[in-house]
Amino acid sequence: MQHKVIDANDVVVRFAGDSGDGMQLTGNLFANMSAIFGNGLSTFPDYPAEIRAPKGTVAGVSGFQVHIGARKINTPGDFCDMLVAMNPAALKANAKWLKRTAMILVNEDAFDDMGIRKAGFKGNPFEELHIEDRSIISAPITKLTEASLKDSGLDMIAIHKCKNMFTLGMACFIYDRPLEYVYVYIERKFKKKHPEMIAPNKKVVFDGYNYASNIQAVPNTYSVAPAKLEKGIYRNITGNQAIAWGLMAAAEKSGLPLFCGSYPITPATSILEELAVYKSLNVKTMQTEDEIAGICSAIGASFAGDLAVTTTSGPGLSLKSEALGLAVMAELPLVVVDVQRAGPCTGMPTKTEQSDLNEVLYGRNGESPLVVIASHSPANCFDMAFYAAKIALEHMVPVVLLSEGFLGNGSEPWKIPSMKDYPEIHPRFVKEGARDFKPFERDAATLARGWALPGTKGLEHRIGGLEKTHEGVLSYDPDNHETMVEEREMKVARVADSIPELEVYGPSEGDVLVIGWGGTFGHILSAVDQLHLSGKDISFAHFDYINPLPANTEEVFSRFKRIIVCELNRGQFAFYLRGRLPHHEYLQCNKVQGQTFLVKDIVNFINNVI
Amino acid sequence: MPKYTFKDFKSDQEVRWCPGCGDYAVLAALQKTLPAVCEEKGIDKEKIVIVSGIGCSSRLPYYMNTYGFHSIHGRATAVSTGIKVANPELCVWQASGDGDALAIGGNHFIHAIRRNVDINIMLFNNRIYGMTKGQYSPTSKFGAITKTSPYGTVEYPFNPGGLVLGAKGTFFARSIDTELSLNESVMLAASRHHGTSVMEFLTNCVIFNNGSHAELSDRKFKEERTVVLRDGEKMIFGKEKDKGLVLENQRLKVVKLGENGITEADILTHDSHSDNLGLQTMLADMKYPDFPVALGVIRDVSDVTYEDGVCNQVASVSAKSGIHCVDDLLASGSTWEIK
Repeated sequence: MQHKVIDANDVVVRFAGDSGDGMQLTGNLFANMSAIFGNGLSTFPDYPAEIRAPKGTVAGVSGFQVHIGARKINTPGDFCDMLVAMNPAALKANAKWLKRTAMILVNEDAFDDMGIRKAGFKGNPFEELHIEDRSIISAPITKLTEASLKDSGLDMIAIHKCKNMFTLGMACFIYDRPLEYVYVYIERKFKKKHPEMIAPNKKVVFDGYNYASNIQAVPNTYSVAPAKLEKGIYRNITGNQAIAWGLMAAAEKSGLPLFCGSYPITPATSILEELAVYKSLNVKTMQTEDEIAGICSAIGASFAGDLAVTTTSGPGLSLKSEALGLAVMAELPLVVVDVQRAGPCTGMPTKTEQSDLNEVLYGRNGESPLVVIASHSPANCFDMAFYAAKIALEHMVPVVLLSEGFLGNGSEPWKIPSMKDYPEIHPRFVKEGARDFKPFERDAATLARGWALPGTKGLEHRIGGLEKTHEGVLSYDPDNHETMVEEREMKVARVADSIPELEVYGPSEGDVLVIGWGGTFGHILSAVDQLHLSGKDISFAHFDYINPLPANTEEVFSRFKRIIVCELNRGQFAFYLRGRLPHHEYLQCNKVQGQTFLVKDIVNFINNVI
Repeated sequence: MPKYTFKDFKSDQEVRWCPGCGDYAVLAALQKTLPAVCEEKGIDKEKIVIVSGIGCSSRLPYYMNTYGFHSIHGRATAVSTGIKVANPELCVWQASGDGDALAIGGNHFIHAIRRNVDINIMLFNNRIYGMTKGQYSPTSKFGAITKTSPYGTVEYPFNPGGLVLGAKGTFFARSIDTELSLNESVMLAASRHHGTSVMEFLTNCVIFNNGSHAELSDRKFKEERTVVLRDGEKMIFGKEKDKGLVLENQRLKVVKLGENGITEADILTHDSHSDNLGLQTMLADMKYPDFPVALGVIRDVSDVTYEDGVCNQVASVSAKSGIHCVDDLLASGSTWEIK
């Protein structure tokens, strides 16, 4: 067989196996070494809610997709160039993501009668899936790993756990990844708890690499050159990690301790886990007894003067609704992070969606406006968390930051910023000695009230969920209520004065403006780039700020005849825009499958419209 | 350090409870106790925060000239916890009713106790929902006839003391609204205690459950039907001080002094500071008519508080960590340079 090294602009590799096969680790290592190598990168883990579903079944398949490129990469990729399937179930669950030209690497030891039956096949899995024409590399990975480690002194269970490293070694050969990078990660991972596992893992990776190079069954290998990225120090970061870090950055810039009261919930939990590590940055985390205590403890901490945060996902946000109304009414700074998942109710916890927008905009009793913003990529979560806190503290208002499971668990390389490049945050403290203090007196420009912390002499006052006057005196006066309702609404609207304007990518006017919000950014951008390459004049604007909308939104929309709103729900942002900016024609590009858009979904939609 | 009087703690708001409501007495006791609290702790009054949920008694913060937070139904305990963890220097008092603390807020209540957050919870127990005008509560007696139980309830009430001690609470005290001096001494003991202090005040709802606790509070039988527990003192009660409590077969028993050779020496001596949770639970669970109802501080043991645990961990981890600012954090772990 003629072996060719092909220069690839970008490559998508999907690792899939049983939940216990270590595919998340394998994918992460492959991504990390590609990052160090200098590739553009985007990843997405696709895993089941069950920690260990029955072995060998389709329900138990865990996947991790890595998209690497010789340029900046915006999405984890629609379809894969190579699928690693550690058993027949993994093949079955992922066959639909194969490109026509894809290569499939399977562990033939797992394709025995029992494995094939458990995955629900009758005979030949490749024929039943109609993929027998793809390049299939069938390797006895279990037996080869056993042979590799027969003198290691490890027992059979430990040896079988190293199968994923053999696979990684093979992938490294196929994609021309230097093994040194893998070794560094293996050492780091096992150094503390299992130093005895360092040498065996290195050996298995090495043997996997050599096996792939020797068997001549690999038709081609691929070289993905480093991307021309901006100079600087980089790291890989997931969205949830970036949110935690952005919040800590805001705490530092505001000079406040950070308090996070949260209850574990997929897919938001790792924000609380991350914050719990960094106590040295003046972080207090509290795993509360329920979602309501999460937000209520945060509201208490906010009253006492901390930068207060609660993190959750859709069902948890539902539970927090009443308390969120309290934060609106008491006019306290609070950041609520909602890492959205497919709903309603428990829905599909590990699957991504953008369907909580209506809930955060409208899901409270009474006239209860608050600030809603959304992050658009894993690394962007850092900035959006930072600005969520800045807005909350400077405008004395609760802010909901919408993220998504796709962003929270996905990762991308991030050029590390310096904190000196971020603005200061100025909490609106009322100082001791303030004359004629009124708890709900408002700043003329922002309409924000002052923040008089318990412990400040002479400023004793009471707040709560009841309507009151500017003096803080309870009031059922009809005119006072209307005034306060309007002021709370205006206070949120005036946040528009301190957020960036909407930017247009592509022609500044024309027939069609494609818009999106949140984690669809990368897919829409890639779609628009594709359309540009085919000579189509398409413009794109992405909303990081939803309530209030950027001040120039109406003006931007008025330069286009039609607006295509792309979102992973049944049209919630489009509905909102029709109410806010009714004099435009909105078309909806929607998807609710618990999956991200594919770039081709958006390209096809736009092509059908123009 | 300014010396305060009860007037310093009165706000300019008109108190709007019904005439004859038991809550007035508890409010007055709090206003009278806080000057002593400030003096003992050496704190200024601006360090005092009063938190509440929803219900009649939860209006209390408005009547106090302190920092106050009237939160939402059932959640006062969670709000108090957040305040105390954020700023442990604040002295946090909470007003909650039986519905607020034990029905809608039951979860937060038991978990604050489990964590031993240093907050003082005044539980106003009138065995009824007053603000919503007369529905049964989780402490209403079995068979209670209310607007939502016109034929009598068919559910058993909580005994708040049993609930607190069942959650391994470190402080529980009980008083009756009419017992003015006992109210104050219970509050002062709660203030001295480090950890979650639960004070149950048996209060009268003059409109919807008049005589909520009359069988205990009525002067005619008060001394026969209650026993006031004081550390180091014998558990003796009765108008004639002729009855007492003894342990027999590991159970409490009421005995008469002078009968069957019983002398004062046979009677139990109260010790709220001992870690005899079993005996304290039996005392808290005593019900009339089989037993006198125990008043005073039933349990008061010290343990590490939640907020101390949180702060100590922040301090010890910070001392060891190499990450002291966000720039340190950003540069930590695996990074690579693109030149």
